[in-house]
Amino acid sequence: MTEHTPNILVYGYGNPGRQDDGLGVKLTETLEKWITDNHYSQIRTDSNYQLNLEDVATISAYDLVIFADASKEDVPDFRFEPLEASDRVEFTMHAVSPAFILHLCNKVFNHQPRAYLLHIKGYEWEFMENMTGKAGTNLKAATEFLQGFLRNLIQSDC
Amino acid sequence: MGQKITIEPVTRVEGHGKVTIHLDNDGNIEQTRLHIVEFRGFERFVQGRPYWEMPVLVQRLCGICPVSHHLAAAKATDVIVGAGTGEGLTPTGEKMRRLMHYGQMFQSHSLHFFHLASPDLLFGIESDPFKRNIIHVALEHRDLAVQGVMMRKYGQEVIKATAGKKIHGTGAIPGGINKHLTEEERDYLLHGDDYMNIDKMISWSQDALEFFKEYHKKNKAVIDQFAEFPSSYLSLVRKDGALDLYHGVLRAVDTEGKKILHDVDYQEYYKYIDEEVKSWSYMKFPYLKEIGKKTGWYSVGPLARMNTAEFIDTPLAQKEFGFFKKYNEGKPSNKPMHAHWARLIEILHSAEKIKLLLNDPQLMEGELVTKGNKHLEGVGLIEAPRGTLFHHYKIQENDMISMANLIVSTTNNNQPMNEAVNQVATRVMTGKKEITEGMMNAVEVAIRAYDPCLSCATHAMGQMPLEFEIFDHENMLIERKFKG
Repeated sequence: MTEHTPNILVYGYGNPGRQDDGLGVKLTETLEKWITDNHYSQIRTDSNYQLNLEDVATISAYDLVIFADASKEDVPDFRFEPLEASDRVEFTMHAVSPAFILHLCNKVFNHQPRAYLLHIKGYEWEFMENMTGKAGTNLKAATEFLQGFLRNLIQSDC
Repeated sequence: MGQKITIEPVTRVEGHGKVTIHLDNDGNIEQTRLHIVEFRGFERFVQGRPYWEMPVLVQRLCGICPVSHHLAAAKATDVIVGAGTGEGLTPTGEKMRRLMHYGQMFQSHSLHFFHLASPDLLFGIESDPFKRNIIHVALEHRDLAVQGVMMRKYGQEVIKATAGKKIHGTGAIPGGINKHLTEEERDYLLHGDDYMNIDKMISWSQDALEFFKEYHKKNKAVIDQFAEFPSSYLSLVRKDGALDLYHGVLRAVDTEGKKILHDVDYQEYYKYIDEEVKSWSYMKFPYLKEIGKKTGWYSVGPLARMNTAEFIDTPLAQKEFGFFKKYNEGKPSNKPMHAHWARLIEILHSAEKIKLLLNDPQLMEGELVTKGNKHLEGVGLIEAPRGTLFHHYKIQENDMISMANLIVSTTNNNQPMNEAVNQVATRVMTGKKEITEGMMNAVEVAIRAYDPCLSCATHAMGQMPLEFEIFDHENMLIERKFKG
């Protein structure tokens, strides 16, 4: 790791007790082992049921943040895209969007990390622990993609 | 022309709620209702599962207050494993659970006050909706926004240290707790760098109370008259009448403060409380049996707790409780906006309790679990941030759940929220030709004072539309607005 290598946070959120809603959390669990095995000390993971305002303080310590979440949107398996800050107030303030967290981080801590959003396609959302088979396939693809992205990022900084 | 106005869903509260307001041809309020439109069926879902799974399993119910469900279920399963009803745990077991609970109360109330209520108080209920949110609090009152973020984070750190992890925490188990507090965790929470220490949290809690009291002085009409209506109040209290958020006996008082439920053992709650089903809402309407369905409803939550308790056993919060009681002339406050005041007193009380517990060596050593003779039924009650939370389980000899009954805080507040909606709608909408954004927000402010949580715990992207509809007297849609 060089002094130019960014401090990276991968933040998965969702409820693993609601089937595919837990895709973001599962991704961080899978990634943790990969990070340890590869000694990528500049990457950290975190997870929670949903994003909330204390996460503003969490992300303020990083240069790059990747949010990972289950998605009901019309994406084939996963979608990875840069995240723009937004002051759009959501329906609820008990759970807020990553774009809102990013915006508030800038206003409260005068720092806005670079950020990406990883949507992983989910299908079922009932009171069950296990995700669907199709979601598992999407998770595998998303994890492999993210590992490649992070590896390239770290190598390009070395 | 008669109109049916629908506000759906209510902003800045959890889950999916819908308010309908029916006006007659003269613009008078005919009927108001807060509908809960989601059905979760969780009580049936847990049937057939082993009882010891409950403290973890019930956290699926809600991603907002999983700790409250975790602890209420643990208390019910304490009874099943023969560990008694709250007082049978080892000192370490009970104190670790209390620490977890005060952390939950501290972070949840902080979130509500700084991020849900403060925009209304700072900018006004009828101010520009674009401005009425935490982003503009951060822009114009940055210190308040920082305090809110860090207080929320501190409470989460307390939960993490006691529950073991943020998702599906495993700290509380039937009969006790599964870990001690480590020296490292204690020192971090007591003396953490920057803002993350308990003395700063106590100081900020006091500042927040001063902020509220100053606002109150200048805005008495908003705080004292907004949606005021008579209600009964119910909560746990300690046996000596002290505020106790974790354990106690069930007490209810009427609008004048007279006891109408006399400090009963909550293991027999079903002798005193029943639930009415109404066709237009999935959420039931609890009531005190002795008084009856029509007038036996009651409020729960921070305001109810201030109204039922006789004192608070921490000095700083007791001083504030004294001011609160004196202001209300020793009687229950029937002012829903006083719930914000009550919530701030409880934030301070929770911070004081956290400090006391962090300095208690019994959290770092001693027996963790108690067990006794198995019982086939158990009830666990706790004062969750939003009010009294009931978990009731029956099991078969093979340890599988055969019956579950959960009365969540928001269900207890079902009728009071409907009353509040009616009060505000009647005041702000009667005779008005146009329903403005400010009027709709006034209705929502009344609901938000109860901090209702209707969450289904899923949040996948693209799921949160915000819709407002107006129907004419023939139920024809004449206007639709989207929020958010």
